[in-house]
Amino acid sequence: MLDNPYLHNPDAAASNPPTEGFVENLGMGDLVRRSATAELPPPTRQLTPVAKLIDVSKCIGCKACQSACIEWNNTTPAIEENVGTYMNPHDLTPEMFTLMRFAEWVNPETENLEWLIRKDGCMHCADPGCLKACPAPGAIVQYSNGIVDFIHENCIGCGYCIKGCPFNIPRISRVDHHAYKCTLCSDRVAVGQGPACAKACPTQAIVFGTKDDMKKHAEERITDLKSRGYKNAGLYDPEGVGGTHVMYVLHHADKPHIYNDLPDNPKIPPIVVAWKGVTKSAGLALMGFAAAGAVLHGLFARANRVSAEDRENAQQLLDGNKPGGRA
Amino acid sequence: MSETILVETGDAIRPGNPPMVERYRLGARINHWTTAIAMVLLVLSGLAMFHPSLFFLSTIFGGGQNTRTLHPWIGIILSVSFLVLFIQFWRANLWNRADLSWVAHIGDLVGGHEEKVPEVAKYNAGQKFVFWAMALLILALLSSGIIIWDEYFSNLTTIEIQRIALLAHSILAILAICVLILHVYAGIWVRGSFDAMITGSVTAGWAWRHHRKWFRQLAAGTAGEERRSRES
Repeated sequence: MLDNPYLHNPDAAASNPPTEGFVENLGMGDLVRRSATAELPPPTRQLTPVAKLIDVSKCIGCKACQSACIEWNNTTPAIEENVGTYMNPHDLTPEMFTLMRFAEWVNPETENLEWLIRKDGCMHCADPGCLKACPAPGAIVQYSNGIVDFIHENCIGCGYCIKGCPFNIPRISRVDHHAYKCTLCSDRVAVGQGPACAKACPTQAIVFGTKDDMKKHAEERITDLKSRGYKNAGLYDPEGVGGTHVMYVLHHADKPHIYNDLPDNPKIPPIVVAWKGVTKSAGLALMGFAAAGAVLHGLFARANRVSAEDRENAQQLLDGNKPGGRA
Repeated sequence: MSETILVETGDAIRPGNPPMVERYRLGARINHWTTAIAMVLLVLSGLAMFHPSLFFLSTIFGGGQNTRTLHPWIGIILSVSFLVLFIQFWRANLWNRADLSWVAHIGDLVGGHEEKVPEVAKYNAGQKFVFWAMALLILALLSSGIIIWDEYFSNLTTIEIQRIALLAHSILAILAICVLILHVYAGIWVRGSFDAMITGSVTAGWAWRHHRKWFRQLAAGTAGEERRSRES
């Protein structure tokens, strides 16, 4: 089995990287979905689904994850102005794949001010809207371990992925006109390491491992939170997008929107589904029928030509004579 | 009402063998073909981004990135070019009651019995339909296209509006392509029409057969027209 033993350990990201070599995964044979590709050969093997678990209740808002992300991906987000919040930069950008979003929320039951910090970024949906919307073959792929990745050399920069995404994640670079987002550190995962953000997190609010293990770990955390009075604590693994490979433990899982507009029930927007479904196939058929009809009529119907009679009648009219009856 | 607008500026009978009728001025023809080339390029680049099975069309433009960059600019060229075309042609394309009876005889026309179809002025109802359909579709395609022109206008609207615009742009484009197919086919099926848009003139026989009301008007006015052109 080529599976990576480190994936079974929830603390893999915090542990040291493997010293022994093993076969790199996440190649062409691991693709389960490929954008704008009708016939994708079935994957040669099934990798164990992985997940990143972000425990919002353990996050201290230090932004080590952002720094690690910048360092690993070698991006250089612009230095911005302080706009009155700890959030920096002001939004996800083509250079900033993950962002701590801060919300000050007054709990109506306790009247306590709660500081809700959510690490925003790609959720790696099982049913990815970006991939569905993408018109460029192979610009967005999904591996059998669940990671959704942008293959920049195939990207055409149209921004359709932005319209397909229920979480408003992808950003188009105005420099190289490619779409960017969190890769779940697919390049690190492929060689047995956890994502850079998880590696850097000082409180292990971010952990990485198999999706099953992450769910189990989440359960323990939720039990703990409930025992501390957070009766609505729960796991955010939304079904509307088939579940996600980045999950949250929320202390108020009954209202995800309080965490800086985390969608309560995300799904691929119906308009995108209509566009990429019936419009695409029916539209192509309609245009095909119109073209085929024109060709067939052209081949089998007689052309509409000017007759000798038409010419005579025209001449008579010009000569000032009354043309002889209708042509 | 449009009985007074049977002919357009520049329309004239040129005696000879065979006698010819000037139908499209040079400016109008240049405009038409600019619009036509832009339209074909838009269809090819648009289809490449519409359906994966047609993505190979992007190679015509030098790859997907170029296709994505060029498509909206070609759209701007088309919009400007069509606007000029619209200003030149709209009066003669106003709808009137005679067009209804033409529509009622559409079966005779397609069936090869054009003699049963009522006499037509400069444009028949089918041509008028293509004109107005394209005018409306291009306006709507331009509006929705600007909304989804990510490079410059992505901050102008919300993503939800952009989603709607994307769906609308696709549907409108499909309709425009169907109208385009109708227009090109009619131009080929009615022999002599294509040449008219190249050379600007048609034979008197063609004018008699397809646009008799227009031809009669020109024939009746020829003497006066000639006098005016000599004086100027």
